[in-house]
Amino acid sequence: MLIKLRGARIYDPANGVDGVVRDLYIQNGRMVAPPNPNERIDREYDLTGRVVMAGAIDMHTHIGGGKLNIARAMLPEDHRADPVDRGSITRASAGHAAPGTLATGYRYAEMGYTACFEPAVLPVNARQAHLEMGDTPIVDKGGYAMLGSDDFLLRMMAAGEDQKRINDYVAWTLNATRCIGIKVVNPGGISAFKFNQRKLDVDERHSFYGVTPRDILRVLSRAVYELGVPFPLHVHSSNLGLPGNVDSTLDTIRASEGLPIHITHIQFHSYGTEGDRKFSSAAARIAEAVNTTPNATCDVGQILFGQTVTASGDNMAQHRNSGLASPKKYVVMDIECDAGCGVLPFKYRDKSFVNALQWAIGLEIFLLVHDPWRVFLTTDHPNGAPFTMYPHLIRLLMDRTFRNERLSTINADAQAMSTVASIQREYTLYEIAILTRAAPAKLLGIPDIGHLGPGAVADVTVYRDDPDRERMFSSPEYVFKDGDVVVQNGKVIKVTWGRFHTVAPEYDREIEPRLEAHFSRFQTIRADHLRISAEEMHAFGHGADLLVHPCRR
Amino acid sequence: MHTGEVTDVTCPFCGLLCDDLVVSVAGDRISVRANGCGLASASYAAAGPAGQPRISGRNASLTDAIAEAARLLAGARQPLLAGLGTDVQGAREAARLADRLGGVLDHMNSPAAIRNTMVLQDGGWIITTLSEIRNRADLLLVVGTDVVSRFPRFFERCIANRETLFGADRECEVIYLGRAGTPGPSVPERKASVIPCDVARLHEGFGAMRALLAGRRLDAAEAAGRPIGDWQALADRMKRAHYGVVAWAAADLDFPHAELTIQVLAELVKDLNRTTRFSGLPLGGSDGDVTADSVQLWQTGFGSRTSFGQGIPQHDPWQYSAAALLQSGADVLLWISSFSGTRTPPATAVPTIVLGHPAMRLDRDPAVFIPVGTPGVDHAGHLFRVDRVVTLPVAQLRDSTLPSVADTLAAIHAALPGG
Repeated sequence: MLIKLRGARIYDPANGVDGVVRDLYIQNGRMVAPPNPNERIDREYDLTGRVVMAGAIDMHTHIGGGKLNIARAMLPEDHRADPVDRGSITRASAGHAAPGTLATGYRYAEMGYTACFEPAVLPVNARQAHLEMGDTPIVDKGGYAMLGSDDFLLRMMAAGEDQKRINDYVAWTLNATRCIGIKVVNPGGISAFKFNQRKLDVDERHSFYGVTPRDILRVLSRAVYELGVPFPLHVHSSNLGLPGNVDSTLDTIRASEGLPIHITHIQFHSYGTEGDRKFSSAAARIAEAVNTTPNATCDVGQILFGQTVTASGDNMAQHRNSGLASPKKYVVMDIECDAGCGVLPFKYRDKSFVNALQWAIGLEIFLLVHDPWRVFLTTDHPNGAPFTMYPHLIRLLMDRTFRNERLSTINADAQAMSTVASIQREYTLYEIAILTRAAPAKLLGIPDIGHLGPGAVADVTVYRDDPDRERMFSSPEYVFKDGDVVVQNGKVIKVTWGRFHTVAPEYDREIEPRLEAHFSRFQTIRADHLRISAEEMHAFGHGADLLVHPCRR
Repeated sequence: MHTGEVTDVTCPFCGLLCDDLVVSVAGDRISVRANGCGLASASYAAAGPAGQPRISGRNASLTDAIAEAARLLAGARQPLLAGLGTDVQGAREAARLADRLGGVLDHMNSPAAIRNTMVLQDGGWIITTLSEIRNRADLLLVVGTDVVSRFPRFFERCIANRETLFGADRECEVIYLGRAGTPGPSVPERKASVIPCDVARLHEGFGAMRALLAGRRLDAAEAAGRPIGDWQALADRMKRAHYGVVAWAAADLDFPHAELTIQVLAELVKDLNRTTRFSGLPLGGSDGDVTADSVQLWQTGFGSRTSFGQGIPQHDPWQYSAAALLQSGADVLLWISSFSGTRTPPATAVPTIVLGHPAMRLDRDPAVFIPVGTPGVDHAGHLFRVDRVVTLPVAQLRDSTLPSVADTLAAIHAALPGG
């Protein structure tokens, strides 16, 4: 089957294509070079006047795993207000802030997204995370395994073990949990909270193990680098949400000592203490640090106004913020000497000084970080806003008039403390394609998604050009997944199940008997039972392919 | 298949999912050799021969039984898919079938589990998991249950160990509230005490402790049948714990509005976390209840007691209970129970299809009976543990001709008009 997409304007930054009108060809689920003229075209789409990009990639979205299911269980009111009707090929589901996996997959595809990465897979909960992602239709998926508050690592570090052994453990974890990257959340802090520490600064010692967050960041970023895992250590920094946390974020950026490091939802970590209310934007300092630190990348975690739910591994921060829950309910969990989680519903209000300033801080970071290859478009779904609000965020970035209109409606004190109004920058379509396609694929080390060159997977999104970018990005005319049209005019017309992206770095098997012994002595399951088989992954994913991407330094 | 000894077996018969059993397999007989419990031994022993599908009491082929089940379900206006004692795969197929039929999903254990669900929906909680308890707990408060009748190895696996990640001589005090523990090996050498009180009035005691912790003076002389001084002493003890845990089994809090008792307990635990660390442990997970609830939650946003009759998922803890629907509304019951022959369908005049454990004996022949395999005995599968965090694979242990619930439901689905 040879498909021709004729006459669209192509934005394909990975191949340096910036708005060039040209034809694209799809064969057997892949992009192919223009065929020779006598080859028969089986299907042709006239896309004159349309904008075409690769399928979008969300590199940080909480779509699968225990904390999301807790959020779903807590929020019947969220689901009642936003049901998804059963269709002729789609199933009933529901939820706005914490949608069911079926609703999640349909809606991502309907927005032109074709790959989603769950950033907080607890090793002991990895099976559930993959089961949930496996039940998320259409999109590709992958997960980042969470380390850094697990007692096994902290014991190794307290004992001063060699980096090499730590690398073995990190590699074992990636293999066992079928993940593509390593995440650290409030390094050491989730464990410290179990010892009743309520705050852990970057250079503060864990009360039992004596290690600091900086130590943890150093050994984990080194492990990821030395194992050749393409995706840099994914860091949720210390002191989330606290005024003045800009200093710990800057410390965190430096803690990898020049190795690649990604700071996630950096908006929540860019707060100063200036002004009458001792809460101010430190976006300029953060953006400057990112601009001058070539080994650092970040995603924003933009907040957008409305009801959502925050779900995080950072139970220390979530417990600290539990009084802010709206409606008033929350869950905090300690989990298996491995990690933790905290879930609290939250309503961001544009008339609230703090929320309005958070909104402005996120935009300032987007607009002040120069290199679009090193800042990623996220709301930290659902923590800053549900992913369904991405088109609105894109419009805020691309349309200065619209942005300033919105700015003029938020809390006046926050307006006065923000520099947003003075920033001229408007993102271009090419830059949006970098943020949402080319850059995440590059960072993840997946060579055949996020672009439209020959050999790429034929994940293609076709938009009607529309000066209202929110409308444009809300409802693509076509979405191709692996060469099939899965969405037409913003509605799912074919249900597929995507694939899993993983890495499997080599390691010294000597770590395995040690883990077995440790688990038998201290834990309540066998270490070997954490290990997820390839057969399980296929079954979880409705037959989804399990892709193992190479690791090399 | 296996014969002889199998190690590291995961037991599917309660929410603890112990994964260290040693069993021996001889033909279709399975017996526990090590790391078992009474419940495991009895449940493996009950896994008998396969049995035969039946339509209205008469032996039938599996194909005919599936066709008859599909015919009944296709003709139903309000099908009820209940019991749901199955694994992840079975729960996924049940949810897909309910969507297709516009049916209602309700688990056999939800009369108990819904008490916890309502607390989660209304106020939330601070909870913990088994390995955290095994390593950190220095005080365990057990509310209204002996634990071990439902979860036999809980104390052995989480409390009895002296060695932990953080020291060689952990001492965990156990206090039973409202009901004595079962004596014997369940709490070996541990300091255990009992505070007898009226379990159905426990909310008074928890409320009193909340007030006392907040520094209020109480005029009342007693709460739940105990003098206020006793609650003061208990609150002080809880506050002194470094890592306290309070465990309850919703099934043993079986009185009207027990969810309110659980809620005030959950709020008490939140209060304690102002100064120390304290967590709850809601005990459940048996018969695949956490499994079915989790699968439905992630797929559709709603757990047990959800209807697909209007083409969208609609959850209602009262309206969509199996008991209420069998009183009025449901016109076909599909009952699933693959772990136990004793969890039989409720007595009802509504035509009933049973996907049952082969040892299940019924007073009346249902419209269709299909004997199904047990996950972790007859076929592989996945189950969720008590704490909703750990999902473990369970393995096939013996040769079996019994179909899985998942395969049976998929076959029924495929036999519906239009497939």
